[in-house]
Amino acid sequence: MSTATEFQAKTRTGRIADFVDQRVGGSTMVKEFGRKIFPDHWSFMFGEVALYTFVILLISGTFLTFFFDPSMAETHYAGSYNPLRGVEMSVAYASSLDISFDVRGGLFMRQVHHWSALLFVASVSVHMLRVFFTGAFRKPRELNWVVGGVLLILSLAAGFTGYSLPDDLLSGNGLRIIDGVVKALPLVGTYISAFLFGGEFPGTAIIGRLYMLHIMLVPALILLMVAMHLFMVVVHKHTQYPGPGRTEDNVVGFPVGPVYAAKAGGFFFIVFGVVALISGFFTINPIWNYGPYDPSPVSAGTQPDWYIGWVDGALRLMPGMLGNFSFEWIIPFPWGANTLVLNVLLPALVPAIVLLGLMFAWPWIERWVTRDDREHHILDRPRNAPFRTAVGVAGVVFYSVMWAAASSDLVATHFLVSLNDVTYWLRALFFLGPVIGFIVTRRICLALQRKDRDIVLHGREAGIIEMSPEGGFSERHEPLDEYKRYRLVAFDSPDVVPAQPDAVGHISRAEKRRGALSRLFFEDRVAPVTPEELAEAHAHHGHAAVEGGEKAQIGH
Amino acid sequence: MRDNMGDHSHGGPNDTGTVAKAGPGPLDTFQDPGLPPHRKRLADTDPRAEKRAERQVAWLFVISIIGTLSFFIAYFVIGRTDSISALRTQNMLLGLGTAFAMLGIGVGIVHWAKTLMPDHEVSESRHEIRTEADRQDAAKIIGDVIEETGIKRRPLIRNTIIGAIALAPIPAIFMFRDLDRTGATAGQIVDRLRYTMWDKGVKLVRDPSGTPIKASDVQIGSTFHVIPEGLSETEHPLNEKAKAVVLLMRLDPGKMNISPGREDWHYNGIVAYSKICTHVGCPVALYEQQTHHLLCPCHQSTFDLTQECKVIFGPAGHALPQLPITVDSEGFLVAQSDFTEPVGPSYWERG
Amino acid sequence: MKALSQRRRHPLAAAALLLIGLVATGGLYTAAGSVNEAKASTVYTASDVEEGNKLFVANCATCHGLNAEGTPNGPSLVGVGAASVDFQVGTGRMPMQMQGPQAQAKPVQFSDEQIVQLSAFVASLGAGPAVPHEEWLDTSLGNSANGGAVFRTNCAMCHNAAAAGGALTRGKFAPSLDGVSEAHIYEAMVTGPQNMPVFNDSNISPEEKRDVITFLKEIESQGSPGGAALGSLGPVSEGLFIWTAGLGIIIAFTIWLTSRSS
Repeated sequence: MSTATEFQAKTRTGRIADFVDQRVGGSTMVKEFGRKIFPDHWSFMFGEVALYTFVILLISGTFLTFFFDPSMAETHYAGSYNPLRGVEMSVAYASSLDISFDVRGGLFMRQVHHWSALLFVASVSVHMLRVFFTGAFRKPRELNWVVGGVLLILSLAAGFTGYSLPDDLLSGNGLRIIDGVVKALPLVGTYISAFLFGGEFPGTAIIGRLYMLHIMLVPALILLMVAMHLFMVVVHKHTQYPGPGRTEDNVVGFPVGPVYAAKAGGFFFIVFGVVALISGFFTINPIWNYGPYDPSPVSAGTQPDWYIGWVDGALRLMPGMLGNFSFEWIIPFPWGANTLVLNVLLPALVPAIVLLGLMFAWPWIERWVTRDDREHHILDRPRNAPFRTAVGVAGVVFYSVMWAAASSDLVATHFLVSLNDVTYWLRALFFLGPVIGFIVTRRICLALQRKDRDIVLHGREAGIIEMSPEGGFSERHEPLDEYKRYRLVAFDSPDVVPAQPDAVGHISRAEKRRGALSRLFFEDRVAPVTPEELAEAHAHHGHAAVEGGEKAQIGH
Repeated sequence: MRDNMGDHSHGGPNDTGTVAKAGPGPLDTFQDPGLPPHRKRLADTDPRAEKRAERQVAWLFVISIIGTLSFFIAYFVIGRTDSISALRTQNMLLGLGTAFAMLGIGVGIVHWAKTLMPDHEVSESRHEIRTEADRQDAAKIIGDVIEETGIKRRPLIRNTIIGAIALAPIPAIFMFRDLDRTGATAGQIVDRLRYTMWDKGVKLVRDPSGTPIKASDVQIGSTFHVIPEGLSETEHPLNEKAKAVVLLMRLDPGKMNISPGREDWHYNGIVAYSKICTHVGCPVALYEQQTHHLLCPCHQSTFDLTQECKVIFGPAGHALPQLPITVDSEGFLVAQSDFTEPVGPSYWERG
Repeated sequence: MKALSQRRRHPLAAAALLLIGLVATGGLYTAAGSVNEAKASTVYTASDVEEGNKLFVANCATCHGLNAEGTPNGPSLVGVGAASVDFQVGTGRMPMQMQGPQAQAKPVQFSDEQIVQLSAFVASLGAGPAVPHEEWLDTSLGNSANGGAVFRTNCAMCHNAAAAGGALTRGKFAPSLDGVSEAHIYEAMVTGPQNMPVFNDSNISPEEKRDVITFLKEIESQGSPGGAALGSLGPVSEGLFIWTAGLGIIIAFTIWLTSRSS
C-alpha cells in the first residue's frame, strides 16, 4: 500500500517503531489499548496476583527444570546434607536435594516456586470468590466464569503434579492415597491405577509422567485458558462497583497509559518481592525432613498442600463402618462378587461434584430464576444480593469444614482436644455448617441493607452527643452528600417473579419450580430507598433539619 | 483525555427533580449525580510536595539497586555453603536482596503513578458486544458457506464423514494400553493385587535392616516393622514392599478375641497384620501399646488389635488382613502362607 | 507521639507492620537453638534405695501402692526399671497432676539426687531397663543417616518426620522431641512410656538407638536451612501461613495501590 504523503520518523526509536508498525499494524493496537479504561478497586487485583504468581512460577520452574532429574532409578545420596548421606533413594529425590543444598540459590528458587504455587491457587480462589459475591459472572461474562473455573481446576492439577515430583516420603504417601482412590473407582479403577503407575504402585514410571504433565501439558493449558480469559476481559471491558457517575453503559477508571499500566506493572514487582521475602525467611516443603519415598514409613501430619486439603478432609470425615455396617458394598453378580467402595467414592467425588457443579452452573441457575437477560456491568455489593451471598457463604463453609477436617490431627494436638471428637464435630458441621452459614449470612445481609436504608433516611451517626435544654441526650446525625447517598441507593433489587403462564396460558412444571425458587431467592428483600421515602423522612423530622443535620434519640 | 462528566443520566428519561408520586415510575429511583468533584492531591498544588514525591520515587529505585547488589553479595561472598546455618543465611540474604530489588521497583512505580501521574477518573462508554447488523451478516455468511458445501443436500457424504470423524480418535485411546509397562493381561493386572511375596516359610525380617526376628525378641508392648526376607533381591523391591509390609506385635493371649479358623495364626500372642490401610493405602503404623489400637496417620482409621484389627473408627471399610505366622526350627518367626485376602485398599474386583 | 499515631493510619502502616513481623519471626527462629548434655549412668547405694523408698511412700504410693504393686489408679512398678523412673520423673510426667488421656511433661518436681534415689528404689523391686550408659548417648559416635532411616520406619508415624509430634486417638498424642535430652529419648525407647511401644534392644539395637539420638540432635541443632520452620508441621502450617500472612501482605499492598494519594 503506498500513500502520497509517506510518513518519515525523525528519531531512531521512531524509525524502529514505524518499521514494526508498518508490518504488524501496531498503531491499531495502541489506539485500542493505549487509553483503555480500567476501574480501580483493591478487590479487582486478585486476578492480577494469580497472573503474576503464574509468571513467577514459569520463571522459577524453568530454573528448577535445569537441575531436576525425574528418574526413579535407585541411587545412593552423596550430596552435602549429612543426615541423608549414603541413604538409598530415587534420582528424582536426590536431584531435589541437590537443588536444595548444592545449587547456589537452588533452595531459594525451590521455595519461591512452592510459595508462589500456594499463593497462585489462593489468589485464583479469592478472585473467584470476589467474582461470585459481586455478581460479576452475570451476562455477558458467564463463559469467562466457566473459563475461570477451568483455570481453578487446572491450577489444582498443576499443584498436585508438582507436589509429587520430589519423590519424598510425604508426596509418595500422597500418591499412594491417589492410588487408593483410583482403585476404588468401579469397573475401571484397577486398570487406571495400573496404567497410571506403569504397573504396580509405586513402579518406576509415575514421576516422569507427572513431570511431563507438570512442566508441559498443564502449563500449556493454563496459558491457553489465561489467553482466552484476558481476551474476554478485553471484549467485555471490566465491571465496576456502583457509584455516582457509573452506569451500565460506561466504565469509569484510569486509562491504561500511563496510570493503570504503571500500577499493574509495578504490582508484578510487588508480588514478586513479597514472594521473595517469604521464601527468604520461611521454609516450605522441607523434603530433607521427610526422607526418600519408601512404602513402609509414614510421618504424622501427612497432609496434601492446602488446595487438595478439602478432598483429603472429606476422606477423613466419611465413616467407613456404622456399627457393623460397612460402606464397602459387596454386590453379588452371576460371575462373582464385586466391591463398591462407597467409603472412598462418596467423599472423593460427591463434594467435588456438588461444589464444582454448582459453581459452573450458578450463572445459569441465577439467570433462569430471575428471568433476567440484561447485561450487567455494575457489580452488586454482596449485601444487596442476600440470597446469592448466603449461598456463597454456605459453599465456603462447606469447603472450610472439609478443609479443617484435613488438619483434624493438628487441631487435636494444638487445641488439646480428642482427635475423635474433632472428627465427630466436623461430621456434624459438614451437614449443619452450610445451613447455619446460609441463614446467618442472609440475615446479616438484610440487616446491613436496613442499616444502609437507615443511614440514607436519617443520616450518618456523627459520634457527637448533644444535651438538649431539657437535659435529654441525643446523638447528632449528619445527612449524606448526594454522592455517598447514591452509592447506597443505586442498586438493583430483584423481586419475586411468580410462575408465568406460557402463550397458551399453561404453567409448566419447570416454570412452577422456577417460581418457587424465585420466591426462595427474593421473598425476604429490602428495597432501596426511593426519593419519595427520603422526602417523607425529611418531612417527618421536620423543617430545616434536612440540610442542617438531623437528631435522633440514642437507641433510635 | 475524555471526560464524560455528562454521561450519567441513566436513571430515567426525564429528570425534572420534582417530588415523585407514589407507585412505580421513572422517578422511583434517585438521579445519578455524576462523578464526584475531583480533589487535588498535595503534589498537584504544592511544588515542594511534588519534588518530595519525586525524590521518594528515586530513592525507592535506589533501594532496588542496592537490593540487586546485595543479592550478588549473598551469592558470591557466601558462595557455596558448607553448613546448614550458612545456607540459611544465604537463603535469607538472597530473599532479602530479591525482595528489595523487586519491591523497590514495584513500590517506586506505583508511588510515581499515584502521586505524579494524572489521577482524573475517566469515563469510557461501553459498546455492544454484538450488533444486530453484524449478526445478520454473519448468519448470512455461515448460511452461504453451508449451502456451498452442499452438505444438506448430500446426506451420504454427511453421514459417512460423521462416522469417519467419530471413529478416527478411538485408536488414540487404545494407544495408551501399554502405559502398563509390565505387559500384563487384564486378568493378571487384577490378580497381582491379590498376592504378595509372603509364602510358607518366608522369614519375617526387620525393616530396613533385613535381620530375622526370634519369637523371644518380641516382648509384650513392643512393635516390629517387618518385611519378608529376600525383598531386596526381587526385581521391584518397592512394588513388593508396598504390598508386603507387616506390623508385628505381641499381646497377652488372654486379651485376644480369635475367630474360628485363625486359632493358630499367632505364636504365643505374637501377631502379624498388614501395615497397609484398607482405606486408601497409607501405612497404618501407629500402635498404642496400652489400648491396643492401630491408627492410620493419614485419615485416622483406627483398628482394634484385640478384635483382629476390626475398624473401630474412621473411614476404613474392613479389617486389616492378618498374616498367619509361626516359628521355624531355629525359633525365627516365619509366615505360614501368603495373606488369605488382598491387602490394602478395596477395589472393584476384590469381592 | 501524635505524628506516630497519625502515621499508624497510613495505608502503608499495615504493610510495614507485617513486614517487621515477618523479619522478626524469621530472625528469632533462625537464632533459636538448643543444647543438651548427656547423663551418666549411676551406681546405686543402699542409702539411695532407702531414701528412694521414703520418697516413694510420700509421693507415689497413693496411686502405685505402698509396695509399688499397683492400684486401680496406677500400674505396678515392679520390673519397670530405673530407666522408666528416670524418664517419667525426670521429664516431670510423674507425679501426675491429674488423671487424663496421658501424663504430660511439666516442670520436674524432684531434684536430680531424689530422682536417682527413686530410680534406685524402683530398680530394687525387680529387674528392668537401667538408665543408659553414657556411651550410648554420645552423639559423636552415632551415624545420623542410619538413625534417620530407623527413625522414619519406627518413630516418624507418631512423632512426625521432623520430630514435631502428632496426634493419637482420643486425646492422646506423641510429643515433640525438640529439646528432649539424649537420656530421656533413649529411656523412652527402652521402656515405652504410656502408649508408646517398647523398642527393646533386640528390636532397635543400642547402636541404632544412638544413631536415632544422633539424628534427632543433628536436625535439632542445625535448624531448618530454608528459614523459619513453621513448626515443621508440614503443608497445613504452610497453607495457613500463605492464607494469613501471605495474602494479608498482598491485600495490604492492593489497598495501598488503589487508594488515592493524599
